[in-house]
Amino acid sequence: MTANYETREHDVLIIGAGGAGLRAAIEALAQGASVGVVCKSLLGKAHTVMAEGGIAAAMANVDAADSWKTHFRDTMRGGKFLNNWRMAQLHAQESPERVRELEQWGALFDRTESGDILQRAFGGHTFKRLCHVGDRTGLEMIRTLQDRGVQQGIDVYMECTVTRLLTDSGRLAGAFAYWRENGRFIVFKAKSIVIATGGIGKAWRVTSNSWEYTGDGMALAYEAGAELMDMEFVQFHPTGMVWPPGVQGILVTEAVRGEGGILRNKAGERFMEKYDPKRMELSTRDVVARSIYTEVKDGRGTEHGGAYLDISHKPAEYVKKKLPSMYHQFKELADVDITKGPMEVGPTCHYMMGGIRVDAETAESTVPGLFAAGEAAAGLHGANRLGGNSLSDLLVFGRRAGLAAAAHAKRSSTLSIDSAQIDQAERELLAPFSNSGTESPYAVHRDLQEVMQNLVGIFRTDEDLRKALAELAKLKTRAAKVSVEGSRLFNPGWHLSYDLKAMLIVSEAVAHSALARTESRGAHSRIDYPSLDPVWEKKNNIIICEGGQMKRRESPTAEMPADLKEILAQD
Amino acid sequence: MAEATLRVFRGDSNSGQTVDYRVPVAPGMVVLDALHYIQGHLAPDLAVRWNCKAGKCGSCSAEVNGRPRLTCKTRIDDLPQDQPITVLPMKSFPRIKDLVTDVSWNYRVNRKIPPFEPRKGVEWKISQLDVDRVQEFRKCIECFLCHKKEQFAGPRFFVRVAGLEMHPLDGLNRAELLKDQLGLGYCNVTKCCTEVCPEEIRITDNAIIPLKERVVDEFYDPLTMLFRKIRGS
Repeated sequence: MTANYETREHDVLIIGAGGAGLRAAIEALAQGASVGVVCKSLLGKAHTVMAEGGIAAAMANVDAADSWKTHFRDTMRGGKFLNNWRMAQLHAQESPERVRELEQWGALFDRTESGDILQRAFGGHTFKRLCHVGDRTGLEMIRTLQDRGVQQGIDVYMECTVTRLLTDSGRLAGAFAYWRENGRFIVFKAKSIVIATGGIGKAWRVTSNSWEYTGDGMALAYEAGAELMDMEFVQFHPTGMVWPPGVQGILVTEAVRGEGGILRNKAGERFMEKYDPKRMELSTRDVVARSIYTEVKDGRGTEHGGAYLDISHKPAEYVKKKLPSMYHQFKELADVDITKGPMEVGPTCHYMMGGIRVDAETAESTVPGLFAAGEAAAGLHGANRLGGNSLSDLLVFGRRAGLAAAAHAKRSSTLSIDSAQIDQAERELLAPFSNSGTESPYAVHRDLQEVMQNLVGIFRTDEDLRKALAELAKLKTRAAKVSVEGSRLFNPGWHLSYDLKAMLIVSEAVAHSALARTESRGAHSRIDYPSLDPVWEKKNNIIICEGGQMKRRESPTAEMPADLKEILAQD
Repeated sequence: MAEATLRVFRGDSNSGQTVDYRVPVAPGMVVLDALHYIQGHLAPDLAVRWNCKAGKCGSCSAEVNGRPRLTCKTRIDDLPQDQPITVLPMKSFPRIKDLVTDVSWNYRVNRKIPPFEPRKGVEWKISQLDVDRVQEFRKCIECFLCHKKEQFAGPRFFVRVAGLEMHPLDGLNRAELLKDQLGLGYCNVTKCCTEVCPEEIRITDNAIIPLKERVVDEFYDPLTMLFRKIRGS
């Protein structure tokens, strides 16, 4: 049979072109590797573009007392001590240098009086630590990385979706993908692969994530035998838009609270006094999200089922300058002038703390040659991520992944591609065109979102999670039968059919892990187990594919060295 | 529930026609919501590009009622209710399918522009005033609503170059590139780009005109030209 696919070869193949993928690409390229970047969207449109508040880095430009040690401690506390301590340490130590590097590549941050990078306050950070550009820090970051990467010579395969990792006698050999534009196939041969595909927000109904966030990378790694970790920890950002219906879930940056925004219920009470009187609105995201949720559930919510977030006590010009995109977003989409009145906000599915289990130094997964960075990887954030720690994560571990992937490629030879695996990948991908019946991928997706929203949300119970697993099993059967109409030319219904498969795998991993963790920690809140359990502080949930079945096991966390313990003990 | 009719282009690079779809309208709904409804219920293969749905990524550009717009920021209740809402692919780019166009040209032009390069031995201190000036250009979301089928690079790239040229620490000079390769001289400052910019960047006044002045100073200033002649450079 003649090959009905094109073949490309790279030392390092990077899947995903957000901050982590691009930073990895730049680093691998600097090591002399040939680098290909595959992304589902156009270059420069990845979710990093949506990041608003800033990059957390202990540069001490505003608060001179800040240091990596405090950043490390804040990160561990925010993550309820489940974090991989080595990742938290490297992240805190290296992020200032990564920010300076961005500046040297052309990024322009807001400044202090003395001309240094300005830093703002954010939830869970002891000091003013977030380097920012108004409320569009992510755009600044992705443009800088994109321009740098393109100029340095990365090959970018845009609007191209990887559906399977290929192996040769158990070793990673490449990836199979299709072009979204024309539906044709492409096979990548690569010595190292970096997964930087982001999260899984699209499995929930109310989410700040775009269509791309369907857990692809986690599903690819899982199918290739890699371990997933901490999958029960899904961050619900406390402040998404709640009204009008079409904009429900769109992010309202934490910078609103960082700049002094106040949360109130419909009675006008500043309710954070009840939940975290010390940190108030700048408590960690898990706490604020639960607080808003509880206020609404107990009948103290706003007209459209949220809380009021008010920044109008600040001068209008200040608000427009520091939060320009929030000002426009509310004015244009919700007819609200945030310089004059409050916003209505409520929790929205935002971020996955869990993901592919990686080595802290190299970002390598448990499959040799397969690396992961950014949201797709687990470990740094533990049970709850602090705002601002994501952009710094992308830079620190994107770079480390690129470095290690290039080194791995240098040590490796190109493997051969098994045509049987490609045939199978093709058959699987094309099945929706020949499936009879009327099952629509969109209908299955809507039902999946309801299941995850209602049964695997902010508050969880044994009963709900068991029900969710049963529902997910039914959805899997339905997903296997979806049929699509039209041709292979840019066909979103067909594209969704594959995304569904990835979302279902990852959703199942989330529900399994959430069911097993019989405690409440960080973003994982069990109504039936409302307290922290010290036993669970010492172990991570691991999800792995064995014999085609999803298995869960527990893995003890690594013992922290004494010097780091000492840092944590300080106040 | 109220309904709207969307008249959407369906077709590919060779042929196509508009098709009418009836869509239920919820409060505050935007055109992109309506397109998603069509995908989910009426035409699952309708090709649409989108990402953030919050006006930050610039993916969902289309011609709505004849005007280039971001469909995620175009509210149905801002459009006339008594007639169908036409949604056509961007006229400035070759069609691929339905509302999706071939934008590869943008990436080819962008490659020609040398990125930021700091001056040697520069001190990394910048005043907020300098940052503010450049950030107006840096906020471009690359939606290409401003782009017309032109003989020159187009407003987006002038905005990018302006951001680089006005970066307080940049050490390169892109005047020749602007003049010879990006065709800055072909822009006749009608401000049509500024009018459609969803980020409200004052493209003509703050980017294009200053760049034109720079090119004039560099290449057409009589004194400089005389000086060059004398020096023979």
